[in-house]
Amino acid sequence: MTTPLLEIDNLRVDFDLPTGPVTAVKDVSFSIGENQTLALVGESGSGKSVTSTAVMRLLPEMARISGKIRFAGEDLTEASASRIRQLRGNDISMIFQEPMTSLNPLQRIGRQVAEVLKKHRSMSGKAARARVLELLEQVGIPEAQRRIDSYPYELSGGQRQRVMIAMALACEPRLLIADEPTTALDVTVQAQILELLRDLQRRYGMAILFITHDLGLVRQFAERVCVMRHGELVESGSTAEVFAAPRHDYTRMLLEAEPRGHKPPVAADAPLLLQARNMRVRFTTRKRLFAADDVFEAVRGITLDVQRGQTVGIVGESGSGKSTLGRALLRLLDSQGQLRFEDTDISGFDKALMRPLRSRMQVVFQDPFGSLSPRLTVGEIISEGLRVHFPELDRRERERRVIEALEDVALDPLMRKRYPHEFSGGQRQRIAIARALVLKPDFLLLDEPTSALDRSVQVTVIELLRHLQDKYGLTYVFISHDLAVVRALSDTVLVMKDGMVVEQGATESVFANPREAYTRELMRAAFVDPAA
Amino acid sequence: MTSSSHASTDDPSTTVAGESLGREAWRRLRQNRAAMASLIMLGVITLACVVGPWLLPWGLAEVDWNAFGVPPTLEGNHFLGTDANGRDLLTRSLYGGRISLSVALVATLVSLVIGVLYGAIAGYMGGRVDSLMMRFVDIMYSLPFMFLVILLMVVLGRNILLIYAAIGAVEWLDMARIVRGQTLSLKRREFIEAAHALGVRDSTIVLRHLIPNSVGPVIIYVTLTVPKVILLESFLSFLGLGVQEPLTSWGVLISEGTANMQGAPWMLIVPAVFLAVTLFCLNFLGDGLRDALDPRTR
Amino acid sequence: MLNYIAKRLAMAIPTLWIVITLSFFLMRLAPGGPFDGERQLPPEIEANLMAAYHLDEPLWMQYLRYMGNLLQGDFGPSFKYKDFSVTELIMQGFPVSLELGALAIGLALLLGLPMGVMAALKRNTALDYSLMGVALGGIAIPNFVIAPLMALLFGVLLGWLPVGGWNGGALPNLVLPVVALAIQQIAYVARMMRASMIEVLGSHYIRTARAKGLREHEVILRHALRPAMLPVLSYLGPAIAGIITGSVVIEQIFGLPGIGRYFVQGALNRDYTLVMGTVVFYGVLIVLMNLIVDLLYSLFDPQIRYDD
Repeated sequence: MTTPLLEIDNLRVDFDLPTGPVTAVKDVSFSIGENQTLALVGESGSGKSVTSTAVMRLLPEMARISGKIRFAGEDLTEASASRIRQLRGNDISMIFQEPMTSLNPLQRIGRQVAEVLKKHRSMSGKAARARVLELLEQVGIPEAQRRIDSYPYELSGGQRQRVMIAMALACEPRLLIADEPTTALDVTVQAQILELLRDLQRRYGMAILFITHDLGLVRQFAERVCVMRHGELVESGSTAEVFAAPRHDYTRMLLEAEPRGHKPPVAADAPLLLQARNMRVRFTTRKRLFAADDVFEAVRGITLDVQRGQTVGIVGESGSGKSTLGRALLRLLDSQGQLRFEDTDISGFDKALMRPLRSRMQVVFQDPFGSLSPRLTVGEIISEGLRVHFPELDRRERERRVIEALEDVALDPLMRKRYPHEFSGGQRQRIAIARALVLKPDFLLLDEPTSALDRSVQVTVIELLRHLQDKYGLTYVFISHDLAVVRALSDTVLVMKDGMVVEQGATESVFANPREAYTRELMRAAFVDPAA
Repeated sequence: MTSSSHASTDDPSTTVAGESLGREAWRRLRQNRAAMASLIMLGVITLACVVGPWLLPWGLAEVDWNAFGVPPTLEGNHFLGTDANGRDLLTRSLYGGRISLSVALVATLVSLVIGVLYGAIAGYMGGRVDSLMMRFVDIMYSLPFMFLVILLMVVLGRNILLIYAAIGAVEWLDMARIVRGQTLSLKRREFIEAAHALGVRDSTIVLRHLIPNSVGPVIIYVTLTVPKVILLESFLSFLGLGVQEPLTSWGVLISEGTANMQGAPWMLIVPAVFLAVTLFCLNFLGDGLRDALDPRTR
Repeated sequence: MLNYIAKRLAMAIPTLWIVITLSFFLMRLAPGGPFDGERQLPPEIEANLMAAYHLDEPLWMQYLRYMGNLLQGDFGPSFKYKDFSVTELIMQGFPVSLELGALAIGLALLLGLPMGVMAALKRNTALDYSLMGVALGGIAIPNFVIAPLMALLFGVLLGWLPVGGWNGGALPNLVLPVVALAIQQIAYVARMMRASMIEVLGSHYIRTARAKGLREHEVILRHALRPAMLPVLSYLGPAIAGIITGSVVIEQIFGLPGIGRYFVQGALNRDYTLVMGTVVFYGVLIVLMNLIVDLLYSLFDPQIRYDD
């Protein structure tokens, strides 16, 4: 390696915000050689996207850049705007995190891809179209001949990302910047896109700057890795080295943030807390006022037993019906089939009949920003259930229980006078757990409680959930698309696809010997090692 | 932007009591000088219209036989001059303001009540009820409403109560749409689901969660409705189809001023300034409120 | 596409029917007959008149008769302009109103769109603030205030332009009414265009376009302008309705022989058939314009064409 392809030297980016300057990136240096793949890893706010966007000089005007960014020896921070435009899409191209919104919605995809060729290769319309067709085929768009004249909304998220890749590769760039290219996609699609990128890298011989928060992907994909935190580079080195012997505490913490361990099993004769037999949930939608209803069955005959003290994990990709099943178990949605909670058949229970049971079966949702009423204080939010179920409590007693619940989730009880928007995602999720916990429930439905959180925060929430289960003998149904988390937390696991069970069984046996092809595909896509 | 999000790192340990969204919005509004100036100006105009006519020596239709068509002057008895019939223009403008402002108040209230109820019911019920109710709104939208209101005034005679009702009945459509949209999107939010999971009653959910969370957009819309309503009323009055003698309104005065503008331009300018300043202030205030309640739009 | 047109037409027809029916029955709510205003007519003459205008028939027959006539483009006779039918009056006024309205809409787009785009591109600069300040003025000050003030300034004080009159549509006579009619719509279009342009410029696909290496003007012309115009396009329906409504006062103020003036005269004189005729005519026009705007929109936004 003589001159590196991209060399970043003491990069610093400041944003002039109305409230004053904020430093987003400082003292960042690294380099990428031809054909190399370097992963830039960090959690949200680490400055990894700002760094990569700075290379393309695509930062907003309020950003001030200092330091050097050398591309094939040429300093991009000094380059003229027209020189930068020559490089963009030609020698350096970029794909983004948001495949759904990164294409112009009003233009056919063929035209959008061809635009790069016309710009940088001065191709005629006909030649460009032929090349676009070839590219679309290479990135695996089915029926490219027909799809070339599609509008973006006619394509799925994965297909749109493939179009973005085709656009980025059109001029055979020497450097591809991939900013979280698979984060918005389902795991199986994610695996396909990564495979495609690797394949194309080999074919075109380009370097890739790969930005991600997912260490699992780094290990699979990159030769070198740089870890960023709060705008600074904390560690860099070859992937193998960093993973084997991380030098910085933060890297070590990130690596350990992979959920580990197994749940101790419950006694085989533990009583059944929740039983579901042949559960079905149907949604009816109507397009037109007087048209017949469209019936869509989201959950198609699922049977499930939950013993007291157990955790049942439900995994599946988006649209598999796992959240719908969860809501039906709590009778937040109407369903067919039989449902028992302890000795009570609650199958047909309406709101009023369910009310006394609600204090015993609680829920924590995914979105820490949407699940707390923005106009109530934390204290009001947590005590709301107490008012419903224990109206006899006086103010002081309610307050005491709220404080206790906040202490249980390791939040300062002084916070109860504050409003949700003043808290971080992890803290909000703790508040949501406190809201459920204050009622002393037996059963807790956890619907992707950690998916919206950064890895390091995720682990602390998972530890908290484990601790609480231990302390109060709680029973969990844990819904997640994250196989590693489910594996660490649950006794039994249920794999869902299209509203049906693909595979169901004791966690370790499912993970060690997946019987179904779909389960294997999921595990492969999530880089779960069956032997671990 | 990911880069700056950690700058506001959540360390809420400094103070104990938090700031509610409402108080935060009020703080932002106070920082908006144009909006605050408008608010004060509107207060002054309202006060003048309510109290002024009692303090001024002239009555609404009182004729000063010594002063026909007198231009504004600081020395005489008529600061803003008189009209061709010798009636004090300031007095008449303030009386006219009463009508305009009362129409604004009542018609906005009418539209608020109908719109919020209609929209909330449609949004909360959802499904077929919702699509039926909204189809009705769609059809109402495409009607040439202004003309039907005029037709109504022609047929039933000009009547201030009718103006209140008619304008309110026109303006509720937007309100209904906004409230329905709010209700629909709130209904899907997880905190509403969490409240259901807690066993909170429907009525409590509506009162404690749905309504407080939709006030923002409703307030914004109300401040947009008020100037529209004032405009509609003065439009009708200008055409001679609104308020009738002996009552007057800014629209009527502007219309009289237009007829006399060659000889007595102040007859046009005085009420026009009243109306324009009020509408300006309302628009500024509306913009300011929108920015304060929904800071992302800035 | 054909499907979509059919669907929109299916919406328009009931709307028109509601307009016509509503106005018909509203009219019949009126206390007293159409011949009350003038000198007391002898009963037999009044009876003759009633019979001549079919006012002695049962209500439902009058309704059917009116609907039938309407379908043939016949709005009935005017009660006040005895020698003219309502259709004749409307057809006399329509060319004037149409010219006025079309010019005003054209002016609104011609000025409003570039104003909005410029303000968005120079966001938070002096240019942006002054353009948007002007726009806020255009929204806050109603056209019936601006129109006489302009007439006062340019007509009376400066003497540059005629204060009123049609004069066969001569350019000097057109300037003031068209500008007065367009100002509010210019302001609305400019504000909307600015807001939607700012939103589009911040969107991910604009970032993509920049990442392709396009020049800034290519980014704006090829990728930003069309999506940013969509909200403005869907506002055209209400804008046209606003122009039509506004034309009523503008024609009144400048003394132009358009439909609006007949409408106001009719309303003040209680010329029921004339008022109703104009309301129905305006109704048809607005519904038709909405239809055209919707179809235009579907040409711009591919998603509409294919959805159900």
